[in-house]
Amino acid sequence: MTDRNTVHASFTIERRYAAAPDRVFAAWASKEAKARWFGNDPSAEILREMDFRVGGRERLNGTWRNGVLTRFEAHYFDIVPNQRIVYAYDMHLDDRHISVSLATVVFEPAGSGTRLVVTEQGVFLDGYDDAGSREQGTGWLLDRLGQSIEAA
Amino acid sequence: MLNQSLSLDLMFQALADPTRRAMVERLGLGPASVSDLARPLAMSMPAVMQHLQMLEASGLVRSEKTGRVRTCRIAPEALSLAEQWINDRRIGWEHRLDRLGDYLGEPDQERKP
Repeated sequence: MTDRNTVHASFTIERRYAAAPDRVFAAWASKEAKARWFGNDPSAEILREMDFRVGGRERLNGTWRNGVLTRFEAHYFDIVPNQRIVYAYDMHLDDRHISVSLATVVFEPAGSGTRLVVTEQGVFLDGYDDAGSREQGTGWLLDRLGQSIEAA
Repeated sequence: MLNQSLSLDLMFQALADPTRRAMVERLGLGPASVSDLARPLAMSMPAVMQHLQMLEASGLVRSEKTGRVRTCRIAPEALSLAEQWINDRRIGWEHRLDRLGDYLGEPDQERKP
């Protein structure tokens, strides 16, 4: 039986890019552009859908090398072109519902480039509480690291 | 609580660097000597040692010296499950934003659909 628990967390990541805000925003605003950088190894991608408008939905399903099916589903709540995107999303690993988050992406001009600030506020659900999950958790972390490094 | 967020900050800092992530990934396969860690990296031994020191300060990696060999291993107990989880999500973002930077920097980006 699953031990139910919830952990809340939030964090902010800031980046600066040489590209102007409209170009950085464009990378988030179409399926084709976003597919170039957001997601897993393309060969492991099963489904990608994106309806970029307020009320629209985005879905991204894939598999990790260890066979785990991942499902990301987002809903867009606020879009101000070249300035701001707010969406909520949840994640499943196989049948486990692992998190629900609110993501806020802010695009600010910084010289001729862009200051990008991503804030995620989330609730992280169960999942890591069962026996052996620590080991899996670490392995999973490293799988992800490995995938991103290979993909980079 | 304060100490906990301090160690998380150090960890995030430690993992924000691609070289250190590569070192952590290598150690995920098992313990390794410093020269094993340095081999695939195109940098001087002092630079590798400096990265290792940051990983040790963050609590992610431990090392011990036996004779002339310093052996490094990952210290997964450094993270509570929730921290591990949150850290993973954050690392995911760091990678995506790196890739976004690469994508934005591609010279032929304008010509692609």
